[in-house]
Amino acid sequence: MTERVRVKSLCPPGHVRAPWYLRGKVGEIERVLGRFGNPEQLAYGLQADSRPLYRVRFTMAELWGEAAETPTDTVDAEIYGHWLERL
Amino acid sequence: MTDTTGRRWHDMGGQEAGPVPMEGHDFALWEKRVDALMVLCSGKGHFTVDGLRRALEDMGEDAFEKHSYYERWIAAINQNLVEAGIYTLEELGTRMDEIARRGESYAEAQDD
Amino acid sequence: MAHDHHEHGLSPSGHPYRSDNDGPLTYWQRMEIAVRELLIEKGQLTPAEITAQIDAMDARSPANGATVVARAWTDPAFKSRLLENAAEASREMGFDIGPLHLIAVENTQDVHNLIVCTLCSCYPRNLLGLPPDWYKTRAYRSRAVIEPRKLLREFGVDLPASVTVRVHDSTADMRYIVLPARPEGTKHMSEADLAALVTRDSMIGTGLPRRP
Repeated sequence: MTERVRVKSLCPPGHVRAPWYLRGKVGEIERVLGRFGNPEQLAYGLQADSRPLYRVRFTMAELWGEAAETPTDTVDAEIYGHWLERL
Repeated sequence: MTDTTGRRWHDMGGQEAGPVPMEGHDFALWEKRVDALMVLCSGKGHFTVDGLRRALEDMGEDAFEKHSYYERWIAAINQNLVEAGIYTLEELGTRMDEIARRGESYAEAQDD
Repeated sequence: MAHDHHEHGLSPSGHPYRSDNDGPLTYWQRMEIAVRELLIEKGQLTPAEITAQIDAMDARSPANGATVVARAWTDPAFKSRLLENAAEASREMGFDIGPLHLIAVENTQDVHNLIVCTLCSCYPRNLLGLPPDWYKTRAYRSRAVIEPRKLLREFGVDLPASVTVRVHDSTADMRYIVLPARPEGTKHMSEADLAALVTRDSMIGTGLPRRP
């Protein structure tokens, strides 16, 4: 039973690891990776909170629509929980 | 820096680009040393790979276009070490100046 | 001293080292020397540590990954362990990969995997050694997630429509290695001979293993 999530469309300036091309896109959680230090804090020499990290799978159709090279090909990326909304 | 929509220059996924340049080079000793400094200093907790990436991103697109990978890496390592207070800009500047006066080539500029 | 062991010989790829003395001393080379000297003077590092780290990195090359792949091809139980936890499986084979979090993704008749880091150039360097220059280019980082098949054709890999391409963008702590499909006609081959078929590019996904 896979869980569908949407990547938030936020655009803060600064060091974040949610790529632009995935923001606002819907994918499925492919696996839970565990908890890791939040890179958004580590990047600034701050003590980092431990945050859950997920591998999320997106279809090319979802990412690129009509322009998709092959709609059923996929992109997997690792996204932190605070960038995801459950659907 | 960022375009008006908020996308940052380094966030390249999905942008249009030409053919992948296939030329490669093997690494010069100074580049291997930069790589070693990154691994050792991050291993000792002076900075994280996240801090390195942040400094690289903040250098801007111009740096990516004009400077080689390890030129940007030594700049980012230095940025992080200065922020960590490992040495001062005065110390660094003085030493870099002294090194310039040791000789014309990388080999001559070593302190031995 | 620190510079003396690199003036001779070939790099692990078989090419001569790029000379440090291609041109006049640059600002960045001066910075590297200064930073290194200051770190040593302040007791943060020693020249021996630096040399040891350079040597450790030199010892890491695609041959290490190839050994892991060849083992997976010949030992189904190892392959399961590799797909479950590639870092542990690599350590099991004696490779010092440090704190690397590694995921192996398997190529099959139906699936072809491709690895990229769109945000920077993350690469499983502790197993495969340093990444090729093309992996770090704007063109590769931009195009791998939007037109992987066209990109792959430029690398000489032409995939049929019946194969699904899965692109892996290394956005966080995981690093990826492709477990290429074992070529046909290799049933009789030793592990060492199989490892010789495994190219660096086949473990990134921009190539296929050599034929026997």
